[in-house]
Amino acid sequence: MKFRTGVLVGLVAALTAGCTLAGNDSASGPSTVTLVTHDSFAAPQQVLDAFQQQTGIKINVVKKGDAGALTNTLVLTKANPIGDAAFGVDSTFASRALSEGVFAPYTSPEADRGPQRYAVDSEHRLSAVDLGDVCLNIDTGWFAQHGVPAPATYDDLVKPQYKDLLVVENPATSSPGLAFLLGTVARYGEQNWQHYWTQLQANGMRADAGWEEAYGQDFSGSSGKGPRPIVVSYASSPAAEIGDDGKPRTKALLDTCYRQVEYAGVLAGSPNAANAQKVIDFLLSQQFQATVAENMYVYPAREGVPLPASWTTAAPLPPNPASLPAATVQSGREQWISQWRSLLGQ
Amino acid sequence: MSRAGLGLAALAVLPLGFLVVFFAWPVGAILRLGFAGGGVFAALAEGETWRLAWFTLAQAAGSTLVAVAAGMPVAFLLARVRLPGVGIARTLVLVPFVLPTVVVGLAFRALWADGGWLSIVLANAFFNVAVVGRTVGGLWALLDSRAEDAARALGASRWRAFRSVTLPALMPAITSAAAVVFLFCATSFGVVLILGGARYRTLETEIYLRTENLLDLTGAAALSLVQIAAVLAVLLLGAAARRRREGALRLRSRRETARRPVGGEWAVVAAAVAVLGLLLTPIVALLVRSVSTGGGWSLAGYRALAGTGNDGTLQVSGWDAALNSLRTATDATVLAMVVGVSASVLLVALRRSPGRVARGVGESMDAALMLPLGVSAVTVGFGYLVTLDALPGDLRRSPLLVPLAQALVVIPLVVRTVLPVVRSIDDRLRQAAATLGASPPRVWREIDVPLAMRAVIAAAGFGYVVALGEFGATSFLARPQTPTLPVAIAALIARPGQLNNQMAYAACAQLMLVTAAAVIVIDRLASGRVGEF
Repeated sequence: MKFRTGVLVGLVAALTAGCTLAGNDSASGPSTVTLVTHDSFAAPQQVLDAFQQQTGIKINVVKKGDAGALTNTLVLTKANPIGDAAFGVDSTFASRALSEGVFAPYTSPEADRGPQRYAVDSEHRLSAVDLGDVCLNIDTGWFAQHGVPAPATYDDLVKPQYKDLLVVENPATSSPGLAFLLGTVARYGEQNWQHYWTQLQANGMRADAGWEEAYGQDFSGSSGKGPRPIVVSYASSPAAEIGDDGKPRTKALLDTCYRQVEYAGVLAGSPNAANAQKVIDFLLSQQFQATVAENMYVYPAREGVPLPASWTTAAPLPPNPASLPAATVQSGREQWISQWRSLLGQ
Repeated sequence: MSRAGLGLAALAVLPLGFLVVFFAWPVGAILRLGFAGGGVFAALAEGETWRLAWFTLAQAAGSTLVAVAAGMPVAFLLARVRLPGVGIARTLVLVPFVLPTVVVGLAFRALWADGGWLSIVLANAFFNVAVVGRTVGGLWALLDSRAEDAARALGASRWRAFRSVTLPALMPAITSAAAVVFLFCATSFGVVLILGGARYRTLETEIYLRTENLLDLTGAAALSLVQIAAVLAVLLLGAAARRRREGALRLRSRRETARRPVGGEWAVVAAAVAVLGLLLTPIVALLVRSVSTGGGWSLAGYRALAGTGNDGTLQVSGWDAALNSLRTATDATVLAMVVGVSASVLLVALRRSPGRVARGVGESMDAALMLPLGVSAVTVGFGYLVTLDALPGDLRRSPLLVPLAQALVVIPLVVRTVLPVVRSIDDRLRQAAATLGASPPRVWREIDVPLAMRAVIAAAGFGYVVALGEFGATSFLARPQTPTLPVAIAALIARPGQLNNQMAYAACAQLMLVTAAAVIVIDRLASGRVGEF
């Protein structure tokens, strides 16, 4: 018995010795920049490696939830930041990050190639990296099959012929859901948006907690093959739904888009600001900007960066999306969410 | 202070220190930030708060009832039945435990689109049947069946013998398991979110929202206080229930107690098989999803998983993610075993000590050890952010944080699995050994350790599986270079496109495979580990 226990303990120890994570990690040092970002961040390793070869800077990526969770993490840790630079604070949360003094001023030489069009503050504490427009997506096949004309605008959705066809996300728990709510506030104004939602609900709208359920399960145009042909998703989503015939199965309604800009900046209080600035330059550079569409399903903020060939027909950049000033969003967001909840009896 | 007292104090340093540094301090810091904002008591007075509390407790109680009812036949099957396939069942029952809640939530939605609160209860129970089956089964396998046989010989019916002999002996394990399940369900996040849609909310989902998205730490603090109070109340009730029922049991090895079922026992076996069938339903649905395309069947998801996804979703291949999961879970389990076993030994020693003070300390420590299961992962995670930089080496950036956070969830399970067995060791055995001249350490080595070993290994296996599937804390600390499988699955499922979807479900299949393999290895280690005497 004792012998066997000894063997077991030895075995466990041997297993662990080779398994421990600590020690194989060098997330500090002058040549490493910690980039705090959101869960959707993705970049090809070879592009990151090329940057490291050019500059000697290794980017250590740390992910912290969605844009909201990321922003709040940065706010909570501003006295002693957990990184040197951050990417993924979007226009919905930019105001909070700026008023809390999370970011240090830095004007990137790359910013005049397009990103400055989306500047949110005069000190350039945030540089625009990409655009992630939230629009209604429709299952074009469903409408062709059922002989119903495809909807095109917010107003269409409350018509009787589109009863029980729409699935949205709860703005309290989903960032595309919040963007869609902001889109309706931008379209109908702070006075009338609630009336619009009341009509939507009367017309059989379904609200899910997250994009995964709405798009992956209830929407008929994705692999989930759900019952509803209209969903709140992104302008870029149709690019992922191209069939074997080379044609997209879905379409974004370009008149229902709300623009969310994602920003990057140097964290105030980073001891590594000079290198962090180089990382911001890299995020705005042609090399990195050329990867954002394929890897993160967003549109580059830089001018003259070609989109993947399939995007030009399936997922063009919405020409005139709605948006609200960052300060308006900051002051209204919480109230609108709670109004939305009580409106829907939730 | 006596030598024994000093020994106890030394033993207490590790579990208490761990709890204070990695739980009490971070959670306290976040609550303090909430109170600094003022208005906590105003938030407490809102009717909304109490509605949330009510629904939280009601759904957790419902889920616990379902899990215990479904878990008991399974426990009987695992403990007392010698039939081909029982070994497979033992492994199978743990598989649901590791599946990410987002996947299980989606599977339940697919099977039952608008189940409302009932599907929340069923999904929570689905995760937790294993807790009941394995915890109760672990003790049941060691119970001496001769008392039951005596009752039968004296004319009691099979049911009567079970009710008046076996059930009271199993009670400590049942209440232990029920307490753990209740805490898991009271703080279940993904299930409530996905199946509740925008309609059902619990304290946990609301704490998440207020902390993560709104940074309303005041509102979150108020809700956290209610959550902690509710959890403590349930724990104390559970402790009281356990106190009344605990006595020494005669423990035997499974080889003596397992046999072919006879008569009415077949009905219990049938019930257990039905439960296992129900557990398999969502699992089979997931496997079907992993190979189905719009027009037919394909293994594209599995092929893509061998690489790094179809468009850079993952920085590593699925197998690397699996390896990361195994590594992290190993670290977390070892950590949790060290802390949990020393805590169990301490608690037993405190109970046996003559002083009422020591016993009181034992009771409160027992409750304190369970608390991490009842506090929102987001509170702990954000607490780490604002406190752990004060420790040398800024732990917030350390990869060690993942196993540390996972261990916090595993420790209560270890304690709940090991403690009932250690406590039910008959003191007279110890006294006999001492009379024969064994020193206290020798008594431990010869009596307690062999008997407890099986429970310890069972706890390790269980803890390992929990760590493998842990998502809440892990996702805060997700390092793209070393994602665990659940984190990879969540990343894949959050992207459009058929291939990403197939890959996500293929990764689930992989996670189940890895889990089953780990459970088989651990159970193999555990078999035949009970001392005979």
